[in-house]
Amino acid sequence: MSKPVLASAHRVSKSYDSGRIAVLREVSLSVQAGELVALWGASGSGKSTLLHLLGGLDTPDSGELRVCGLDPTPETNRLALRRHSIGFVFQLHNLIPDLTVEENLRVPALAIGRGLTETRARIATVVEEVGMAPRLKHRIQDLSGGERQRTAICRALMNSPQLLLADEPTGALDELTGTAVFALLKRLAERDGLAVILATHERRFAEACHRIIRVRDGRLDEIAA
Amino acid sequence: MQILPLVLINLRRHRWRAAIGAAGIAFGVAAMLTIIAIVSGAIGMFQRLLANDSHFLVFERNVSDLFFSSVTSAQVASLRANPRVAAAQPVLFALVSSPGHPMITCFGLEAGDQRLAKARWIAGQPADFGAREGEIFLGERAAGFLAARHGDTVAIGRGTFRVGGVFATENGFEDGGVFLPLKAAQEFFHRGDAASVVSVKLRNSAEAAAFRRDVESALPGVIALENREFNSSYNSFRILNFTAWAVGVCAFCLGGLGVANTMLLSVFTRIRELAVLRVCGFSRGQVAGLIFGEAAALAAAGITAGFALGAVVLFALHRVPQLQGYVRAEVDVSVVLGIAGTAFITAAAGALYPARFASRVQPAEALRYE
Repeated sequence: MSKPVLASAHRVSKSYDSGRIAVLREVSLSVQAGELVALWGASGSGKSTLLHLLGGLDTPDSGELRVCGLDPTPETNRLALRRHSIGFVFQLHNLIPDLTVEENLRVPALAIGRGLTETRARIATVVEEVGMAPRLKHRIQDLSGGERQRTAICRALMNSPQLLLADEPTGALDELTGTAVFALLKRLAERDGLAVILATHERRFAEACHRIIRVRDGRLDEIAA
Repeated sequence: MQILPLVLINLRRHRWRAAIGAAGIAFGVAAMLTIIAIVSGAIGMFQRLLANDSHFLVFERNVSDLFFSSVTSAQVASLRANPRVAAAQPVLFALVSSPGHPMITCFGLEAGDQRLAKARWIAGQPADFGAREGEIFLGERAAGFLAARHGDTVAIGRGTFRVGGVFATENGFEDGGVFLPLKAAQEFFHRGDAASVVSVKLRNSAEAAAFRRDVESALPGVIALENREFNSSYNSFRILNFTAWAVGVCAFCLGGLGVANTMLLSVFTRIRELAVLRVCGFSRGQVAGLIFGEAAALAAAGITAGFALGAVVLFALHRVPQLQGYVRAEVDVSVVLGIAGTAFITAAAGALYPARFASRVQPAEALRYE
């Protein structure tokens, strides 16, 4: 039995500067639960734009998007998806530096109004899974780059998403730390059944994914993994 | 309350900026508190001065200020003849000047006026009042600034008077005023046989309505108001109160601009953070709520500091000899709540645009350039 499709794009285009800069040209893609898919390409190729469109952070000029059964274009759907179905991880962790790991992890729970007891239980689960439990009370500025990125992954997992959108999550890390973060994402896909779309310019990580989709000149080419 | 750490963290990381925002509110609160305390103190004194343990104040109908009111001696006699009236004490108000003192309140009283009996006489005695012609009596503070003692001669207006006595009262207006027998005051100010106002004490306070009807039918040229009615309807009090609140609100407007500036800076310097909150599932309303929460926290800090500052200022003013009796150190709970409410509204108004801006941050735009 095939796994459910959690993210799909059909002939999606996106341009900036009143159409003068075409970033994506009628691209199509489909990602199932449990898949780790690499969007591989150079900087500025449109990887992040595609992630933003799938995550409802931006709207396409044309084409159809479907994420966890919803069109991510209307504001109500976007909000529902961000709250319950999608987790984001960025190259720069984008954590709130003055807060502790625990306080940062509370942010997504605050958004959905989750109770304190339930939030604490969920935090305990995700930090255990990602190996951040000993650093729970530490401030972000006291963490290493790898720990920050793992905290960002914890935050993305807080509301139990089905789809994880990771935009160059290893881009700012050294080789060893990057490898560990990548292994964590792969484990989330293979063990927990999350669909993970990883935007990366690093070939070694792309090749370790289940599928590689090359992003070049605003178009997608699936190449053998 | 779970959002509180997020509210406080931003204020904490820009302490000075937050302190400046809160200071704007604090100065507004302190200014309003001080002005209202002074105005309500002055009004309270004037009320006590007029009321003089009476139930009703009777004065000329349709006058804009009691200084222009004329109640004739015939009208006073008619009031006294009313069987419901226990006592009717006329008083004439006027303003005089003296070298170096352009404005001194002068009271024209009858010799039997309760004010004289209740005062603490420093020199002379109540029986001296009106006993000899050409004498004036001074409040303690007036005697101080006129540098006059019992038996001295002082120049008041176009006349010179011998100081017949000096007495102290707890009322700042009276203490800074000069007193003439009613007849002498009427002659000095060319007021014929008129008094400004008559304080009326009834034999039975339950007969207030009947007394009012009596006055309306027998003395159509005057109006009788119970003290509390007078306090709420007297134009000068209303103008003073309105002015106090208007000046206070102006001070708050400046505070509101401070909050707006602080919150705008706060929003502009963390657009990415706001975008991340949106990515994490915060709605526009929640982001706006966060900004309003920060403004409310600033307001709360400002209100606390403002009341403390205002209390210190009032305490200091209370101790200035020239202001003795004018400043009312106690403030009603309703005034405190009114000031706090105004401060919160000002802070919310100041946060309106920053909150709107923050709620409209486009996450993709803010996160595009990492």
